[in-house]
Amino acid sequence: MRDMLILTCPYCGIRCDETELAPGGEAHLKRFGPGSSDEEFEAYLFMRANPKGVHFERWRHAYGCGKWFHAARNTVTLEVYGTYSAQVHEPPQEIRDAISTRVPGWRWKGES
Amino acid sequence: MSRRLPKGGRLIDRSRPLGFSFNGQEMRGYCGDTLASALLGRGQVLIGRSFKYHRPRGVVASGPEEPNALVGLGRDGSFEPNVRATMTELFEGLEARSQNHWPSLEYDVGAISSVLSMFLPSGFYYKTFLWPRAFWKHVYEPAIRLSAGLGKPPRRRDSDHYEHFNITTDVLVIGGGISGIVAASVAAETGVDVLLIEQASTWGGRALIDGVRIDGLNAEEWTESTLKSLQSMPNVRVRTRTTAVGIHDHGYVLLHERLTDHAPDHSVPRHRLWKVRARQIVAATGAIERPLSFSGNDRPGCMLASAVRDYVVNYGVAPGERTVILTNNDDAYRTGLTLREAGLGVPAILDARQEATGPLAKAARDAGLTVRPGCGIAGIVGRGRVERVQVCSQDGDGEVIDEIQADCVAMSGGWSPAAHLWCHAGGKLLWNDEEAHFAPDPARPPTGADGVAMMQAAGSANGAMHASAVLESAHSAGVSVGRALGMGRSGKPDRVPEGEDEAHEPMEPVWLVPARAPYSKRAKSWLDFQNDVKVSDIELAAREGYESVEHAKRYTTLGMATDQGKLSNINGLAILSRELGAPIEEVGTTTFRPPYVPVTMGAIAGEARGELFQPVRKTPIHAWHDASGAHWEPVGHWRRPYAYPMQGESVHEAVKREVLATRSGVGLLDASTLGKIVVKGPDAGRCLDMLYTNMMSTLKPGKCRYGLMCSENGFLVDDGVVARLDDDTWLCHTTSGGADRIHASMEEWLQTEWWDWKAYVANVTEQFVQIGVAGPKARNLLNELGPSMDLGREALPFMAWTDGALGNIPVRVFRISFSGELSFEIAAPAGKGRALWDRLLEVGKPFGITPYGTEALHVMRAEKGFIMIGDETDGTVIPQDLGLHWAISKAKEDFLGKRAQEREHMADPLRWRLVGLETLDGSVLPDGAYAADEGVNANGQCRTQGRVTSTYYSPTLDRGIAMGLVERGPDRMGEVLEFPVIDGDPVRARIVSPVFHDPDGEKQNA
Amino acid sequence: MPESVTPLEGAIYSGFVTIMDAGLAGMVLLRADLGDSDVVLALKGAGFDVPGAGELVGDLGNGALWMSPDELMILCAHDEAEATVATLTEALGGMHVLVANVSDARAVFRLTGDGSAVREVLAKLSPADLRRDSLPPGGVRRTRLGQVPAAFWFASDDEAVLICFRSVAGYILDLLSKVATPGSEVGHF
Ligand SMILES: [Zn+2]
Repeated sequence: MRDMLILTCPYCGIRCDETELAPGGEAHLKRFGPGSSDEEFEAYLFMRANPKGVHFERWRHAYGCGKWFHAARNTVTLEVYGTYSAQVHEPPQEIRDAISTRVPGWRWKGES
Repeated sequence: MSRRLPKGGRLIDRSRPLGFSFNGQEMRGYCGDTLASALLGRGQVLIGRSFKYHRPRGVVASGPEEPNALVGLGRDGSFEPNVRATMTELFEGLEARSQNHWPSLEYDVGAISSVLSMFLPSGFYYKTFLWPRAFWKHVYEPAIRLSAGLGKPPRRRDSDHYEHFNITTDVLVIGGGISGIVAASVAAETGVDVLLIEQASTWGGRALIDGVRIDGLNAEEWTESTLKSLQSMPNVRVRTRTTAVGIHDHGYVLLHERLTDHAPDHSVPRHRLWKVRARQIVAATGAIERPLSFSGNDRPGCMLASAVRDYVVNYGVAPGERTVILTNNDDAYRTGLTLREAGLGVPAILDARQEATGPLAKAARDAGLTVRPGCGIAGIVGRGRVERVQVCSQDGDGEVIDEIQADCVAMSGGWSPAAHLWCHAGGKLLWNDEEAHFAPDPARPPTGADGVAMMQAAGSANGAMHASAVLESAHSAGVSVGRALGMGRSGKPDRVPEGEDEAHEPMEPVWLVPARAPYSKRAKSWLDFQNDVKVSDIELAAREGYESVEHAKRYTTLGMATDQGKLSNINGLAILSRELGAPIEEVGTTTFRPPYVPVTMGAIAGEARGELFQPVRKTPIHAWHDASGAHWEPVGHWRRPYAYPMQGESVHEAVKREVLATRSGVGLLDASTLGKIVVKGPDAGRCLDMLYTNMMSTLKPGKCRYGLMCSENGFLVDDGVVARLDDDTWLCHTTSGGADRIHASMEEWLQTEWWDWKAYVANVTEQFVQIGVAGPKARNLLNELGPSMDLGREALPFMAWTDGALGNIPVRVFRISFSGELSFEIAAPAGKGRALWDRLLEVGKPFGITPYGTEALHVMRAEKGFIMIGDETDGTVIPQDLGLHWAISKAKEDFLGKRAQEREHMADPLRWRLVGLETLDGSVLPDGAYAADEGVNANGQCRTQGRVTSTYYSPTLDRGIAMGLVERGPDRMGEVLEFPVIDGDPVRARIVSPVFHDPDGEKQNA
Repeated sequence: MPESVTPLEGAIYSGFVTIMDAGLAGMVLLRADLGDSDVVLALKGAGFDVPGAGELVGDLGNGALWMSPDELMILCAHDEAEATVATLTEALGGMHVLVANVSDARAVFRLTGDGSAVREVLAKLSPADLRRDSLPPGGVRRTRLGQVPAAFWFASDDEAVLICFRSVAGYILDLLSKVATPGSEVGHF
């Protein structure tokens, strides 16, 4: 059955039970505020990736240190490539390397 | 008639007889019996009736796979339906009742549907009840509902209690047979934590019945000594009566432990649901024997060959006096030998294979048993149970060669690994032609968070069918999990234990007996005993185009009963594959889903029932409210007093009294549930300017400002008063239900979007009690408490706050008002909250102080036209809809929701906007009523032009008042709208200003 | 000035673990960048040791709990909390910090029992890994207990201190009492 992940909080190092976490949807979205086009704003507010495979998500260690973090994981195999700070705009190199090792040919958005 | 053998029965204690009852009849069994063995021992063959045709049914199996022997167990608060008799350990006083019959088990009216079975093929409901549509509600559905359902739901509250238990372990070994014990031993030697569980109350599994020898010992001796040394290891835990019911992501396993089912005791938990986090899992879950499909194979007396053996060896019970064995493999010969040894009749072993020459067949012949190769069963003769067996050639179409007198048929169609758990978490199966079964594919195991295998299958669960292979597989599984955990190999169990059992000749897949059985026989050859699915039903499904195994399953309900197709799955697939002319491995299996066996609802709920179903949050004054007869209102998890009805007073009367007393004197409100969040730092003002629609950075220390919070989608989500405490500190009040949500949202923005801003947030909601003192006499009252600060109109004007002490209690006093009266909100440390409340009541006596609840609060705010989050808002309302333009900053470049509010739709002049509503006759509008418009919408329904959002009887005005959202509302003052009601004439109400009371705010500014 | 009261009002339950109100406790919340050496130095200078991630120093009445990378809970006597706020505010003057007295916002329980009984009771309600090696004395675990947040640490092997929000003190007491019912020992740890 597909539920009950374990994710390691990068801030306190605890291997968190999913019931100690709060999900926050897709990671690395860019906020569009006043001045943005309708299309940009719509994409920011409503459009979400739902990939079969490598995915980046936001999680909060809600029943713990309270910190938001990012998780890179596979939505099919449920493999977790790593968890990392929520205070970055894109996955750090070591996470990308970890994914590439496991998923040959995988590329971060826009990367050649 | 007793079927108990004079001796034997390794699990029963004949010196400890136990009394129990079945359908009210007193019976006796022994300690160590299951309900099934005790019933069989008593000669009770008929145990229940089937779900669809109400056919008579008896025990088929001896384990959790049992499809037929389901009973209602216990009575009143301990009643449980659909309990498998094979898994129920007997205890003194056990009460069981058979199911699915009326008026009695022996004479059942519903059995008529068996006669009519030709009219109830698969898909019957879909086809028959399709038309006419109108018949569904009044004709078909009530009739179907009457006859549907398995067992009866309990009528009383469950008198037992249950609990959960969370653990983390390195290794979980599921199954306490010889493979589980070996795998656990090997893993444990590496020093890792091991938990070994077994669903039964005893260890060793089938090996103990089948005469296996390990390292020169018989399996029983070997099990006892190996388990003993395992238990002595500090890193090993073992547990019986515990079943793994589901394997979930990342090694999350649910175990269902049955603590008192075998010895009821309401003082301790009945079941315990273990939530295990295992790094590595070994599935040593064994294999399940398959029935054979022949005409009449559901007659009571037809059983699995292994089960027949189990009842003789484990319980000293003879399922039959004369047992015909039908098999396609060597293993069933063991049953023949066991029965012979027990002195029971075995008139024939019918072997569907053309030859039977293996050592077990030879042993059977040597023991004087008749082996008839190439034979099958054409049919069963007997009313309600097996009386005679009709023998035929397996090759043919069922022509009867001869008839054998028998009262039991022991059938074996081969063994399927119990691979359910392997599949739960994504493991794949591989078809094995030799054994004709699906076994775990070692190349495609369930994987864990690290992307590598988190599970190993061991022993017969892995497809190993003979003792030496079983032990080798188990040993290898133990080694693999040790390696996966990064542990080196240790010395001791390096050697694979040597297993001995008789060599087997290959089995032969037999999916239908006889091979060319005509329709009349196929329509009586059961696949799924519990859901009454026959060979002919699967064939029909295939012919009608339900070629996908998942579709065929749902169309016929094969495998969808409480046994989840443990016996029927492979046999059904084989028939489908035959009909489709495709190999079984291409047809594939249906999805295996948790739970493996039924789990009680109580175990799932655990401690979360009754008073503990949900947390109840209590303010520091809760006990006083309770003692004062508060009528409670849930607000989130909080309980707030709705009103305090006095003796002989209705709740409505209490609300009226509380409002009038506050408006004319002074009222007291426990407002502690209001959220209180401190925001501090050099960027705190900037942060609040983003979070609120209005400007908070310009607020002066010592002052308060009402603010609105919107989502990024522009909709109003919370409101409250913000106080500036000092240069870089603000205190934000949120709604009662909103504190945690708003605090989390503030953290989210600061952590994930504005992480370079210097602002810290702290939720201090529960540090303070907050007490509202409202009414024209509020200031006089507070002055009686000897305040350390000036509470006068000039020193502390409306929308200002001050620190100080009241009655020696340190407080912060806010001049804010939700009632429209002269009002002070007093925050004090929670630990002194009750003391402050008591002091206020005491000194307030001469002022006629009146505690008021949330309803009086709501009435008073509605009289003032103040909005309430959740009443006037519903997640689609923007502040502009509520006439709150003044609270939306034009000066700010950005705030949450600003971009969204610029969307075209948000500026639509036709949006429904806030107005007051005044009924022409003074009555109270129904809550949520809609204002009718001209014409109809696309669905032919009356068009609407507005709705009521808040409606109350106003004691102050002595008439009904309401607020509502109305199309172009504020532009239509004075217009009269019609609100249709369910019975009676529409209520007519005039559009007015939402401020009904003190429109100039003179009272609150006093 | 009236005495402060705890939400548990001295409650005690004796099951296979004894659950009792630990009494009034001083707690001061400190938000600050614990990775900033200036912050740590200033704290040390004022007599406050900074615990490592997931740990505590001292105990109730005199100590500090690590709550997150930018949050500590300073433990002191209840009647010294306001003074502690003042000390901290002064010591950290000029730095970006938030100090707040939250002594009354929480309830504190003391759980005692033989052997691993206390771990068992907690494991019935929390998904945390409660093996001794994973949470030895000196470690703090913030987690979920039933349906609400809580934090606990082991003062010794047979004694734990548990804190939760004040409003759910009754819920937690009822939960713990229920799962500590004699006869429901698991015998796992
Ligand atoms: Zn964390």
